[in-house]
Amino acid sequence: MTLSLTTVWTLAQKELRDALRNRWFLLYTAAFAVLALAFSYLALAGAGIVGFAGFGRTAASLINLVLLIVPLMALTVGAQSLAGEWERGTLAYLLAQPVHRYEIFLGKYLGLALSLLAALALGFGISGLVMALSGSGAADPAQYLRLTWLAFLLSLAMLSVGFLVSAFTRRASVAVGIGLFLWLVFVFLGDLGMMGTSMALRVPIANLFAMSLTNPLQVFKMAAILDIRATLDILGPAGIYAFQRYGAALLGVFLAVLAVWIVLPALLAYARFAARGDL
Amino acid sequence: MINFSHLTKRFGKFTAVNDLSFTVEPQQALALWGPNGAGKTTAIKCLLGLLRYNGQILVDGQDAHKQGKAVRRRLGYVPQELAFYSDLSTLDTARFYARLKRAPASRSREVLAEVGLAEHADKPVGALSGGMKQRLALGLALLTDPPVLVLDEPTSNLDAAGRDQFLHLLAGVRSAGKTILFTSHRIEEIAALADQVLVMAQGSEVTTCPAAELPQRLGLRTQVKLLLDQDAIDPALIVLQQGGFSAARNGHGVLVDVLPGQKAAPIHALRDAAIDVMDFEVQ
Repeated sequence: MTLSLTTVWTLAQKELRDALRNRWFLLYTAAFAVLALAFSYLALAGAGIVGFAGFGRTAASLINLVLLIVPLMALTVGAQSLAGEWERGTLAYLLAQPVHRYEIFLGKYLGLALSLLAALALGFGISGLVMALSGSGAADPAQYLRLTWLAFLLSLAMLSVGFLVSAFTRRASVAVGIGLFLWLVFVFLGDLGMMGTSMALRVPIANLFAMSLTNPLQVFKMAAILDIRATLDILGPAGIYAFQRYGAALLGVFLAVLAVWIVLPALLAYARFAARGDL
Repeated sequence: MINFSHLTKRFGKFTAVNDLSFTVEPQQALALWGPNGAGKTTAIKCLLGLLRYNGQILVDGQDAHKQGKAVRRRLGYVPQELAFYSDLSTLDTARFYARLKRAPASRSREVLAEVGLAEHADKPVGALSGGMKQRLALGLALLTDPPVLVLDEPTSNLDAAGRDQFLHLLAGVRSAGKTILFTSHRIEEIAALADQVLVMAQGSEVTTCPAAELPQRLGLRTQVKLLLDQDAIDPALIVLQQGGFSAARNGHGVLVDVLPGQKAAPIHALRDAAIDVMDFEVQ
């Protein structure tokens, strides 16, 4: 089993180029950048100050923006990745070339991951630049970078889920439809479902925290808040329990869970892609 | 060079290829001939590693399943359904596949020139005609100058002019000493390219024969309609029937059954009998 980095990079470049020409991807990126800029400005409204908000308020706005747009962006491009090429017939021709399936999978994943990183860098970059230039941002650059990287990890987790959907689907439209449904589940139903379940069944705090770990968006949110505030009091009893239970290791727990969300769906997606013999 | 041994491919309960065994010798051009659904394309897809299968396929001793990448490195493939990235330019497409195949960068422009697409290097692939795309596929297959060329119904989507042009290109490739395995259901393509023909039906081998013998082996007939003077029709029928042709009156002429490679034979027979043929049509 040999891996050709040239092959992987060739495929990644192609994927990156395609993503930068994908109008939906460009639309999401533009929306993210514009909203990040707007939130940086509007975060001050509650404080009644004219100018740009401090980092804490801006970061809180950015976390919500990331929760809404980044999963949508990553799920959509991930879902289109394999299914789109299957549908157009280009994947069969690609597989008939002297390349391994894992090289194709890795190349596509790497290319899309880089394009997501570029989109996030643009959004966070604009927002960060505005804060820095305004002089009122009081931003800790390291903290801001960590938030960007957490958002990137979330985008990778959602990209992996998108790939998993794509590996089981032969039509891009169906894959994107499933991706959008999953976005709804993660963004809205996950929150509401957990609230409803905890109220109806009086779920113990420990279980409530465990449940929240099953949603990568919740994991990102908790990790980001923890990093900014050094506590999870804002999340209520479950947050206090988690902080008391895991202490300094809590951020590590969140990162580990995000890593599982990145690796596991990607491995399952590859297993399905490698096993498909119906081209 | 290429050895198929007991290849069997099933899709659920349907057996697409059933215990198929054959060998393609170096520099030989072997055609898989048969109607749609005979299993020709399935056999090619198995060779390329696109389908899982039972049995064994070896290319120069390397297993197509276990050493798929190494085997595909020795093959140039021209598919039946051309699926390129339509927004890439012709040259960028060649560059992309050249990098995947580890061909020298300079080969991209060279192959475009070889297949007559140098003038279209900057056009998006989506803007090329069917014939041009087919030539591009041949160029991509030749990027690394592989010893084996695999073609799946290479001219099925082309018009007569495009077909002639493409067959001319393939004849050049063949004369360069490449081993060729291709599928076809066109008798003229077989005649132009193949040394040997393996006839398939319902996933199995029916017979293997030299390409020139295929029409006789299969009893393939073509009908030629000869347009004659009204007064010449009856004498012509007598001449043709005496010459061993199956001929019948048809409107302003006669309809003659001939082997595909002998369409001019009844015209020669009538000329020898001093009967003028005004025109003819191949049915």
